[in-house]
Amino acid sequence: MALLEVEALSRSFGGVHAVQDLSFEIEQGKIHSIIGPNGAGKTTVFNLITGLYRPSSGRVVFDGVEVTGYVPHELARRGMSRTFQNLQICFNMSAVENVMVGAHLRLDQGMLGSMLRIPTVARRDAECRDEARELMRFVGLDRYVGAAADSMPYGALKRLEIARALAARPKLLLLDEPAAGLNPTETHEIDALIQRIGDSGVTVVLVEHDMKLVMGISARILVLDYGRKLAEGSAQEVRGNPEVIAAYLGGSVEAGST
Amino acid sequence: MDRFRGLAVLALIIVVLPLALRNSYHYDVAIRIGMNATMVVGLNLLIGYAGQISLGHAGFFGLGAYASAILTSRYGWPPIAAMISGMAAVGVIAFVVARPILRLRGHYLAMATLGLGIIIYMVLVNESGWTGGNDGMNVKAFSIFGFSLANERAWYWVTGAVLLVAIVLARNIVDSPVGRALRAVHGSETAAQVAGIDTARYKVRVFVVSAVFASAVGSMMAHYVGFITPQVSSFFHSIELVTMVVVGGMASTYGAVLGAAILTMLPQLLSRFEGYEMIVFGLILMLTVIFLPRGLVPTIAARLRKSD
Repeated sequence: MALLEVEALSRSFGGVHAVQDLSFEIEQGKIHSIIGPNGAGKTTVFNLITGLYRPSSGRVVFDGVEVTGYVPHELARRGMSRTFQNLQICFNMSAVENVMVGAHLRLDQGMLGSMLRIPTVARRDAECRDEARELMRFVGLDRYVGAAADSMPYGALKRLEIARALAARPKLLLLDEPAAGLNPTETHEIDALIQRIGDSGVTVVLVEHDMKLVMGISARILVLDYGRKLAEGSAQEVRGNPEVIAAYLGGSVEAGST
Repeated sequence: MDRFRGLAVLALIIVVLPLALRNSYHYDVAIRIGMNATMVVGLNLLIGYAGQISLGHAGFFGLGAYASAILTSRYGWPPIAAMISGMAAVGVIAFVVARPILRLRGHYLAMATLGLGIIIYMVLVNESGWTGGNDGMNVKAFSIFGFSLANERAWYWVTGAVLLVAIVLARNIVDSPVGRALRAVHGSETAAQVAGIDTARYKVRVFVVSAVFASAVGSMMAHYVGFITPQVSSFFHSIELVTMVVVGGMASTYGAVLGAAILTMLPQLLSRFEGYEMIVFGLILMLTVIFLPRGLVPTIAARLRKSD
């Protein structure tokens, strides 16, 4: 069953077609990847799905409900969560608090209750803090549990974003270049982490340039070029597609598969 | 019990301070510090924690002051009822104007809030049938259940208590899911939205809370001083309040208290420069932003942490 359906989605910026007539489906419980050369429109697709951009035309259906034009917080309420290629970390907070922000929708949000610190609010908040610590350990940030966000290195912040996204307990998790800027060891750890997230039942879509990571982990791969779909299928199918090789992958497939 | 350490220290200072207060002038300065601090603790939720500027909060202070003045002297309302009505009315006004205004960012938000403050000031000047215009109006002494706050000592203890309550309420907000949402709005609005936070709604909520704080202090100040003019809602007063937040420390409740203390005492110390206070305030604001962009308390706290 498809958790996310994208139909004839288009978005142009001042006459430039960033995404054009794009349709695809994301199946429940699998790991998907979107790949393509720089400027192919991958991040734009993420921004359209998560409501940061409004589509010029087309439809997005999430979990059986049409959500085209929904704003991000409404989509979060329906179970969508994401990370960012250019980190979106709140550097005015501790690492744990950043993760707790992700759990916002599951907590009491009353102003009066917060102001008077009624016991139920305080208790739920303390539980949430414990869960956030647990999530930090899950993504491999054990040593940063007590840290301030602005004291953490780049690679750790990438994981912190994943922990924050998971704190929402999403149905669909979109990861925008989780391995960008990481060294091979860190990339290997991220690979294992994404696998664990997938195994826990969360549907994952990632945009990624690291072909070894993509080919190894993805059940399905969507290839974009100039905002259009170039190919779609399993790693095997995409790898063997002559158009994909000609347009983009070239020798790097050989390098990745050996 | 970490939450209560700062509060205990401040409570101790409030209790011990009268030993050093030798005359009613000293008490007067202490009371003004307490009232300004209460207001700035509220304004800091908006500016320091949520990262939204307001150059018009003296307007809400003025509305609270005039609500108390008009309702008690012209309609004979009990002061506490007038004060609470003023807070409610200001809350409604802030709620109505907040949504369109807080959609703006940066310079545009500053301009819009500046305009809001000036409109309120002009209304208070021009509706002289109600407000006495530029001539100002007298305000009765504050009384509740037959007790009247007649002298500085009484006002001192009431102001101290109100400040402590305001700090508890503000700290509770900061330490809650609501407070985290506000800080997330400041830290990364995109991250906040994607995490399910309706950022527009939270900006409105904190704007209303800070406006209600301002209104309450306006009412208290009106009764305490006994005479008000539209100057209480002037642009200069708004700038003073923002300066207190910035100097004391953005996103630091006790920084707000320190900022209020410094900038309330300063004009007293600079009384010989009569007429040039505005320049001194401007200078302090500029120097703080250049050399201590995070404000006094956060900067000092960071230094202490490093030296450990």
